[in-house]
Amino acid sequence: MLVGGLLLLLLLGAAAWTLTAGDYPLPVREVLDILGGGGRRADRYIVMEVRLPRMLTALLVGAALGLAGALFQTLARNPLGSPDVIGFTVGSATGALTVILLIGGGAAFVAGGAVVGGLVTSLLVYLLARRGGTQGHRLVLVGIGLSSLLSSLNAYLIARASFGDAQSAAVWLTGSLNARGWEHCTPLALALLVLLPAALLLGRPLRMLEMGDETAASLGVRTELVRIRLVLIGVALTAAATAAAGPVPFIALIAPQAVRRLTRTAGPNLLGSALLGALLLALSDLAAQRLLAPTQLPVGVLTGIIGGAYLVWLITRQWRRPA
Amino acid sequence: MSTDTPARPTAPSRRATTARRSAWLLGALAALAVLAVLSLGIGARTIAPGQVLHVLLHREPTAEDWIVVHHSRIPRTLLGITVGAALGVAGAMMQALTRNPLADPGLLGINGGAAAAVAAGTALFDLRTFHSFVWFALLGAAVAALVVQLLGGSAAATPARLALAGTAVTAVLTAFVNGLILLDPLTLNRFRYWQIGTFAGVDSAAVGQVLPFLLAGGLLALVLGRPLNALALGDDTGRALGAHPARTRALSLLAITLLCGAATAAVGPIAFVGLAVPHLARHLCGPDQRWIMLLSAALAPVLLLASDILGRLLLRPAELQVGVVTAFVGAPLFIALVRGRRIAQL
Repeated sequence: MLVGGLLLLLLLGAAAWTLTAGDYPLPVREVLDILGGGGRRADRYIVMEVRLPRMLTALLVGAALGLAGALFQTLARNPLGSPDVIGFTVGSATGALTVILLIGGGAAFVAGGAVVGGLVTSLLVYLLARRGGTQGHRLVLVGIGLSSLLSSLNAYLIARASFGDAQSAAVWLTGSLNARGWEHCTPLALALLVLLPAALLLGRPLRMLEMGDETAASLGVRTELVRIRLVLIGVALTAAATAAAGPVPFIALIAPQAVRRLTRTAGPNLLGSALLGALLLALSDLAAQRLLAPTQLPVGVLTGIIGGAYLVWLITRQWRRPA
Repeated sequence: MSTDTPARPTAPSRRATTARRSAWLLGALAALAVLAVLSLGIGARTIAPGQVLHVLLHREPTAEDWIVVHHSRIPRTLLGITVGAALGVAGAMMQALTRNPLADPGLLGINGGAAAAVAAGTALFDLRTFHSFVWFALLGAAVAALVVQLLGGSAAATPARLALAGTAVTAVLTAFVNGLILLDPLTLNRFRYWQIGTFAGVDSAAVGQVLPFLLAGGLLALVLGRPLNALALGDDTGRALGAHPARTRALSLLAITLLCGAATAAVGPIAFVGLAVPHLARHLCGPDQRWIMLLSAALAPVLLLASDILGRLLLRPAELQVGVVTAFVGAPLFIALVRGRRIAQL
């Protein structure tokens, strides 16, 4: 509870900072005034049409990824079981690249291509890693193998594209929140409105699943049914987030683990993961906007660096402990 | 790994083993010779094998066939052979060093390090020439190799942990490269052609520049065959046999870095050759590291040249880059390995 409250407070602070900071700084009181319906027209435009939708998209994408990560990690009983590692991300990149470079079409088509590519790849990894039951390590390694193959394909697609296409593809591939407006924010909000309660409703059986299938079954959980529903929700969350912002790396991996460490509890913490995911992405995007201002970095550059550093830290910790 | 313990051959079976190993080696070399001739002949302009031999033996600087073979196909084939041998040997050493059947320079972040250094060099110092690429790629490869090795826990490394360390380092480096190429369009344009891995467009000067590094690395690898065999028994036993584990590891890393860094600088990152070929070699000739390295040095160019020729045939008259072909051949093999029971038990 305490951690949840703290996260909420930090989230509000980050939101306020994002709305006020920029090339055109606005004081907090003015922003509040604008949110209440007042303010000058130019200021209103900046807050309501530029900063607010982008900030909300960051929060929602972060929440969706954090929640999806918590689901995957609990289901796979493996702290690495995130959509990043099982190939969803690279697959969605292949899908999006196919649309950007070969078929052509607007942002909606790119998002659709990404979702289809991600779904197909995840399914492939899952099926290939399945051999008399799914093992965590094998899932990770098959994911690495298939990801390498698709990365090579992606490199090929980018190399044979026109320069302009290659540039927009490179931005999409990194994961970016630049120039996100209400048209990105609204569909994502609707998706979360359905998926978040659905995931929370399955929280209890999920906790039982973590104790092992047999225990869960003896407690009255229909394990296979629950598992399939949870996988579908997790994939849908990832797909919605990817459609809005591209494959933002590592939020899904870090948020659930960090929440576990913060709350010092063993079970999955769905709401906490969503909150922390939102906070992480909001802060990363703020840094991406301000670090090299006026140049805006894609947020994926920052989350990639943070995520890699976290993995490094995790490995060194495991290494010191006798395995 | 049970397969890493050297065999205990009795006298007659040892002779039979040597004969079998030599046969495989000769077979691989013969295949390589055939592929080399094919590689000289096949392409946008196809030259019959007889005509290839003719222009090799007779100097006709005005004939079109002579120009194509001498200025484009010979450097390309030579580079394919040397780079292939380098990747094969480096992969074999990496797997022996880490006692890990999944080790591969591409998977372990060395290619990522070279790529990041090349991108940084292009963005910050406006690199264009091959010669400057080599130094950056070598430096990047060395740093990344060291970091992954340290993170993996050196002696205590397990396959999954090393793969994870490689993934982590590659992730950070990828983010870094992404940042660079997004901020600087020129870098993106040069980097996107480099990162795919291709032999197209190399000339004999390029081959000459990369060759010293590859030779140095290869010689070092040959010298290290026996110490690596001793280390395969474990550090303590190895020490009792007169090996110096720390020195062997450091020298092996140096050799791997020379081989991989120079190969990657020359043709771009090529995945899976270094992973797949040593496996095949170990399967064919048993656990003696010296034979594994020799056979890998012969088999890897076979795979690479075959992939390159396939790439030239698939999209004629255009080409499919060799990096793409090897990934599409290698990744299914990797996944098949992972699905096998042996890896799953590690």
